[in-house]
Amino acid sequence: MATMTLIQAIHDALSGEMERNPGVVLLGEDIGRNGGVFRATEGLWERFGPERVIDTPLAESGIVGMAIGMALYGLRPIAEIQFADFIYPAFEQIVSELAKFRYRSAGQFPAPVVIRAPSGGGIKGGLYHSQSPEAYFIHTAGLKVVMPSTPADGKGLLTSAMRGPDPVIFLEPKALYRTAKGEVPEGEYTVPLGKARIVREGSDVSLITYGAMVPVAEEASGEGEKDGVSVEIIDLRTLWPLDVGAVDRSVQKTGRAIVLHEAPRTCGFGAELSATIHERSFLHLKAPVTRVTGFDTPFPYALEKAYMPDARRVLDAIRQTVHY
Amino acid sequence: MEMPLLVALREDGSVDPALDPALGREDLLFLFRKMLLLRALDDKAVILQRAGRIGFYVPSSGQEAAEIGSGFALKDGDWLFPSYRDQGAALVRGYPLSSIVGQLFGNASDAIKGHQMPNHWCDRSINLVSVSSPVATQLPQAVGAGYAAKLRGDNIAVIAYFGDGGTSTGDFHAAMNFAGVYGTPTVFFCSNNQYAISLPVARQTASGSIATKAAAYGFEGVRVDGNDLLAVYGVTRGALEKARAGGGPTLIEALTYRMGPHSTSDDPTRYRPEEERADWAKRDPVRRFAEHLLRAGVVDGKTAETLAEEAREEVARVVKECEGAPPVSRESLVEDVYAETPWHLAEQRKLLSRGGG
Repeated sequence: MATMTLIQAIHDALSGEMERNPGVVLLGEDIGRNGGVFRATEGLWERFGPERVIDTPLAESGIVGMAIGMALYGLRPIAEIQFADFIYPAFEQIVSELAKFRYRSAGQFPAPVVIRAPSGGGIKGGLYHSQSPEAYFIHTAGLKVVMPSTPADGKGLLTSAMRGPDPVIFLEPKALYRTAKGEVPEGEYTVPLGKARIVREGSDVSLITYGAMVPVAEEASGEGEKDGVSVEIIDLRTLWPLDVGAVDRSVQKTGRAIVLHEAPRTCGFGAELSATIHERSFLHLKAPVTRVTGFDTPFPYALEKAYMPDARRVLDAIRQTVHY
Repeated sequence: MEMPLLVALREDGSVDPALDPALGREDLLFLFRKMLLLRALDDKAVILQRAGRIGFYVPSSGQEAAEIGSGFALKDGDWLFPSYRDQGAALVRGYPLSSIVGQLFGNASDAIKGHQMPNHWCDRSINLVSVSSPVATQLPQAVGAGYAAKLRGDNIAVIAYFGDGGTSTGDFHAAMNFAGVYGTPTVFFCSNNQYAISLPVARQTASGSIATKAAAYGFEGVRVDGNDLLAVYGVTRGALEKARAGGGPTLIEALTYRMGPHSTSDDPTRYRPEEERADWAKRDPVRRFAEHLLRAGVVDGKTAETLAEEAREEVARVVKECEGAPPVSRESLVEDVYAETPWHLAEQRKLLSRGGG
């Protein structure tokens, strides 16, 4: 075990898989000589060469389209979109092409591309360096959507994504790149997709979250503890396909659920989680499912801290749910 | 900017020796049969659609020389990224007529289980990539496949088909730019059939020709008479050979004409004069090639008519076979979304089997 930050763990996953599998190639803007604007690929250009660590022209649709062609041919391309906010030029390639290749060819042309994109707020990035676009991709059949919250999961989930048969949108909570530190297994390490992690067990309310909201949930549940409320935190890790069994078990045990994400509220993933919980666990519920989310506004610059859910807002939701 | 137009087949049916690819009798007959088959398929498929026996069809009448000539230039191992109008290139690559027709019916005779509407086929066994409806999305993908081949040291080329409308998209620009930067073994084959649904090419681009756009990306553009099978074949073969030899990409503009509608849902009388169509009909690529074969003594008039009749019979026979296949299974609705069926689709499949649809 080594102690790493999340960005180091991502780097470790990429370099390890490039070492093991000559078919793995990386492509994106500024990922080569510059090592990526967040340094996820630092030193890989020197180590594996410019043919496998590919600096691309500035065109996200070209990056994802090219990655699809590489995957069809048999490589394992890992595309980096510099910020998730800049993924929209590639939206057609992702939604109309990548997600549908397996279906439209009845399995003849799978396209197992991994698209990594730093996601979420917390770095004073304003409208265009802070967005959380996961709902668009969860809504699109054929994609898997993953978001780690710890360095170990960053390595293990990304390695699984790079080995899996399906395309994966791998969203990295950039606010945690350097603040999340933890033990990471050395060498080959995988965490299966589709399995949630119970961050802490509790008996009064289930707090279901992912990504950069996991530490916020931990802080809030610590506060809740002082009130005598026992909070169970579930880190989904893979957003889609959802580990519905983990959600069922937790909610049916506690009888209360709060879903927490920083993406906007309306039609956010929390809405789907809430509907799913109501459909599957209604008779166990002692209170309606509550959403704690970002606001239905563009991501603000000056008021970033007001926009992002914090422990205070989560704690309020915990109290309201428990005393409903 | 004006670009020279390469023409091999002269008006009188003779061939310009400078551009004659010198194909043998067997090849010429093979190509003629494929042209006739493609024309017969078009004629039949439009009737099937009008009769409600298939839902939709994208004809390619008028473009047979561009399709068959370019597709014939590919070698085993090459990859083909088609658009929905490129059944001719697929056919000449060895994609069976029965597969094209089965896909039109979307029943158990369809290798892709009725997942897509007509003209959206594929065949992994011959590197014939799946067609989608969005225009030009296949172009950056073709560049990626070419990059992958180059990285692996495979001595193959990748051809991508698209129309004049496709050249206005962002993906055309991205693909041309990436191909130029990386020098990928990509042949961009543009069938400039004069119309993108209703919009004439003069309203699609002000650049004078499509081929000239290649210059901005740092590689060669070629303009060829798209109704001249011999010229199309020769130019495409040259571009593919250059790509395989590491010479990088080429943009080919094949000047042709869509004699039919954009699709069976389109009515071209709304936007183009009949005289224009009649004028292009004089340059019908099938008749032009037939006249060449007659002049060259490869066929006589009677043989040409017999071959055309054989093509119609083959289409009729294949249609009969495919139309009689059973429908696709209802459960296949949730197959092939992911490699394995996840829990939510398994649950939704249960709803399906209770009825509806």
